[in-house]
Amino acid sequence: MTQLIKRVDHKIIYDLIDDGSKVLDLGCGTGDLLDLLVKGKGVKGQGVELNNDAIHVCVEKGLSVFHSDIDSGLPYYPDQSFDYVILNQSLQEVKKIDTVIAEALRVGKKAIIGFPNFAHLHDRLQLCFGGRAPVSSSLPYEWHSTPNLRFLSIKDFRNYCARKSYKVLAAQYLDDQGPVRVLPNLFAQLAIFVITK
Amino acid sequence: MTSKSIGLVETKYFTFAESGSEFKLESGRTLGPITLAYETYGQLNADKSNAILVMHAFSGDAHAAGLHAGDKHSGWWDFMIGPGRGLDTEKYFMICVNVIGGCKGSTGPSSINPETGKPYGIDFPLITIGDMVRTQKHLIDHLGIKKLYGVIGGSMGGMLALQWVASFPQSVECVIPIATTLKHSPQQIAFNEVGRQAIMADLAWNGGNYYGGPAPEKGLAVARMLGHITFMSNESMEKKFSRRLKDDNSGFNFSADFEVEGYLQYRGMSFTKRFDANTYLYITKAMDYFDLSDGKWIPKEELPGVRFLVIAFKSDWLYPSAQSQEMVKQLTMRHIDATYCESDSTYGHDTFLIESEAGKQSHLIKHFLAKRK
Repeated sequence: MTQLIKRVDHKIIYDLIDDGSKVLDLGCGTGDLLDLLVKGKGVKGQGVELNNDAIHVCVEKGLSVFHSDIDSGLPYYPDQSFDYVILNQSLQEVKKIDTVIAEALRVGKKAIIGFPNFAHLHDRLQLCFGGRAPVSSSLPYEWHSTPNLRFLSIKDFRNYCARKSYKVLAAQYLDDQGPVRVLPNLFAQLAIFVITK
Repeated sequence: MTSKSIGLVETKYFTFAESGSEFKLESGRTLGPITLAYETYGQLNADKSNAILVMHAFSGDAHAAGLHAGDKHSGWWDFMIGPGRGLDTEKYFMICVNVIGGCKGSTGPSSINPETGKPYGIDFPLITIGDMVRTQKHLIDHLGIKKLYGVIGGSMGGMLALQWVASFPQSVECVIPIATTLKHSPQQIAFNEVGRQAIMADLAWNGGNYYGGPAPEKGLAVARMLGHITFMSNESMEKKFSRRLKDDNSGFNFSADFEVEGYLQYRGMSFTKRFDANTYLYITKAMDYFDLSDGKWIPKEELPGVRFLVIAFKSDWLYPSAQSQEMVKQLTMRHIDATYCESDSTYGHDTFLIESEAGKQSHLIKHFLAKRK
């Protein structure tokens, strides 16, 4: 199964999740990751997504999905009702970061959070020497068309977790080629954190 | 739509609760015999596991799809039911039943009271959404179906779908409530009450005893006009009528000058040709009494395999999407598999009956039903 997974971030998250877990994917998009988890790991999955067309694709895949934004919290779910709550590539589009992460850790035992690292070398160079807002494969949008509201680095997120007293259980760093082990805040394009309260 | 209609269909009748075994209503009163008018589309499979009960809205009937012999207009959900359609007659066996209290072949206030030999009128007992579902269960049992693969309906049809889970949780699998609610809000009750008052204010209503004489057409038409306003959205009315004047408007004499007035008058009057005023009173009351909001409708025991597709329309101000979200909230709090989709259609409450909006709904419904565990 893992050989068939196209996106590197999906492969990492796939490997982090235990068979048969209960998973809530916040901002699940067209449900590609959730579909992999349901089929390959037998998870009981639920997605939350705002885009109407994406929801139709999820239903086509046979996924359960709830049409909502994630900023208004997750009042529809009981405490600790999921093993994992995934926020992959959706955190940077969230308005109320504190609420969303606190809610993720209320309804889930662990949160898996994946985001583009704004402090990647390329981004730094583009800003520093090009004098332009960075555009890269992990941050593919121009300043005027980006859905991203948040531009954070790996260091920023670690500091945030420390300030909030969230425990970082695991952290993985990626670039186009695969895992990054040296100086991730400089060389990783993506970061995936597993955190808990 | 890409597929063809199912062609000619016939309404069938099932009678039960004969003298001596009358049906006990929630109110404590009894009713019998009871006839249910129903239609079926598609083939029931050998193990009778592919049946889907399609439930009509307030003013609907058993004729959901296909054509009656000699009729030009097909059933009210024809675009949804047929080969390859959202409710695919090549895979599923659809059943649609006119509710009790109705006036389209099932026993209601215009039926003959066996005790008097005359139409019941307001001697007909008050009925509830629960009563409607329990009578439908009689028909399902009669057809030899132990478990319905699906229950689906919009508006009141959605209430019936929810009530099916509450009353017979072990007898349903896929539940699709569309543009509906767990209870009527005071606003919804208020609209119904204005409709009822319009009917009862019509002198021809005559305490509900008008059969054989002139019917309270004016009152019923006004009630329906009000209903139509609530079924549409401001935006859809703007598109359909704007402030355009009728061609034959004569100006300042209180005749219908604006197109919207002409439309409502036409819809109101044509409704009186096909609907019974007393049925209007009984069924709106049943909807007003319906209340599953305390969450007890979801049975305590596990519901293996039961899953929900809840559909709401953003432009529906009669059954606002918050009511559907409340339903989904109760389900997810109880760990029941539920998908919620809010369509951004601009047609208001009636969206589920609008053919041009069928594509997306059919797509959702078809794929949701196809997912078998």
